[in-house]
Amino acid sequence: MKIMKLLGFILLSVCTFGAEAKSVHVAVAANFSNTMKSLVKEFEKTSDYQIALSFGSSGKFYAQIKQGAPYELFFSADQAKPDALQKNGLVMANSRFTYATGRLALWSARPDFANKIETKLKEGTFNKLAFANPKLAPYGAATLEVLKYLSLIESTQSKWVRGENVAQTYQFVSSGNADLGFIALSQLLGTKKVKQDSYWLVPNYMHHPIKQDVVLLRSAEKSQGARAFLDFIHSNKAKNIIAEYGYLAPNSLNVEQDL
Amino acid sequence: MSLSDGDMATIWLTLRLATTVTILLLIFATPVGWWLARTKSWFKGPLSAIVALPLVLPPTVLGFYLLLAMGPNGAIGQFTQALGLGTLPFTFWGLVVASMVYSLPFVVQPIQNSIEAIGNRPLEAAATLGAGPIDRFFTVVLPLAKPGFMTATILGFAHTVGEFGIVLMIGGSIPGETRVVSVQIYDHVESLEYVQAHALSGVMIVFSFVVLLLLYTFQRKNKAVGMTYGS
Repeated sequence: MKIMKLLGFILLSVCTFGAEAKSVHVAVAANFSNTMKSLVKEFEKTSDYQIALSFGSSGKFYAQIKQGAPYELFFSADQAKPDALQKNGLVMANSRFTYATGRLALWSARPDFANKIETKLKEGTFNKLAFANPKLAPYGAATLEVLKYLSLIESTQSKWVRGENVAQTYQFVSSGNADLGFIALSQLLGTKKVKQDSYWLVPNYMHHPIKQDVVLLRSAEKSQGARAFLDFIHSNKAKNIIAEYGYLAPNSLNVEQDL
Repeated sequence: MSLSDGDMATIWLTLRLATTVTILLLIFATPVGWWLARTKSWFKGPLSAIVALPLVLPPTVLGFYLLLAMGPNGAIGQFTQALGLGTLPFTFWGLVVASMVYSLPFVVQPIQNSIEAIGNRPLEAAATLGAGPIDRFFTVVLPLAKPGFMTATILGFAHTVGEFGIVLMIGGSIPGETRVVSVQIYDHVESLEYVQAHALSGVMIVFSFVVLLLLYTFQRKNKAVGMTYGS
């Protein structure tokens, strides 16, 4: 009898769980996670829709979406994955736009490097230079362009260590294993502990813009919640939050001139 | 199916890493397994728990703590720097040390179990015949515990080949130094190069299957001999 009661209880809780307000499933590139949490907080203040966030690498999300993962929106870390999904006919092409443009920063956790970050890089007086794997992460590809622009590829190559993504690159630097590391500005502004003299904001003209695109998946074509959230991302309120975290929001020219 | 030079380099590196780790682990784990099998000390429980600990933490988390510990501010890092060896992350030997931690239970436990299975009697008999401790180890324990050592070798090797999370964390993906096959496959998958990923994964699966098959076939024959000896 006890078992029957327990079964009934489980059944009941499963049913009530299913009856809850339907949430919107959103896949988000890891570098945008802090920003996205703030955006969702703001969105849910005024909306009845719940946002269920999954964070991960864009490459994994691409593979999952191709195999029918139940995401409705995909905030990629680049434009290549949305491109590929679009070619496969898996996204609503007209929904796609650049929600953020990433800024690259060269950071050191060593106090004695303060204010000398750029000089240290050019002099080559550091033990290791960490950056995200250029094959996997747009921030890594941008790093290579910057090193090329500064003609530092050959002189620094023996000191390169590559993280899987910018999060791991951050760990290489914060743990003291690498003196210098190219990471996303959003990572430094997100933690708030980082002093301004501990990083060098890489000028935009040294690399191609790190554009990050969002797409509405075809399987979620009729999802009101996903559309509502996309509209919110287009709003000025959302753009301000995105800019606060160190990204260039779409059409926010004011942030672009700080070089 | 064609493998690039980069893919081949990762295969050789992986084999070099797994072989080095397996040999070092067998040397290190044998006395540990021996002691755990024979001791009545109160410390047996705590030591067994420490040996089994790497099973608990997810590899990337274990890798994260090793990165901190082996870094310039960590305990291991301070020690290696004091010895004039620099720090271990981003080096081949850093991967060796990390892999030894990660594969430790897979090598210690089979050795310990097989030595426990021998029991006291063969050793006592050998002792009454005048065999010293070292003689007893090489002429009695080693032949009788051979299946355990084989299992330890297979598991240690296979587990190191399949290692991924820790390498990703402390390796830094340096070609020829820390970029192993599992990381290379992962890079291919993440950058949507599925054809290359399939090719390299295929090679790994076939190679691993053949190695495991040979070793298990050998071990089965060996076990049969051991059993007739024991009964």
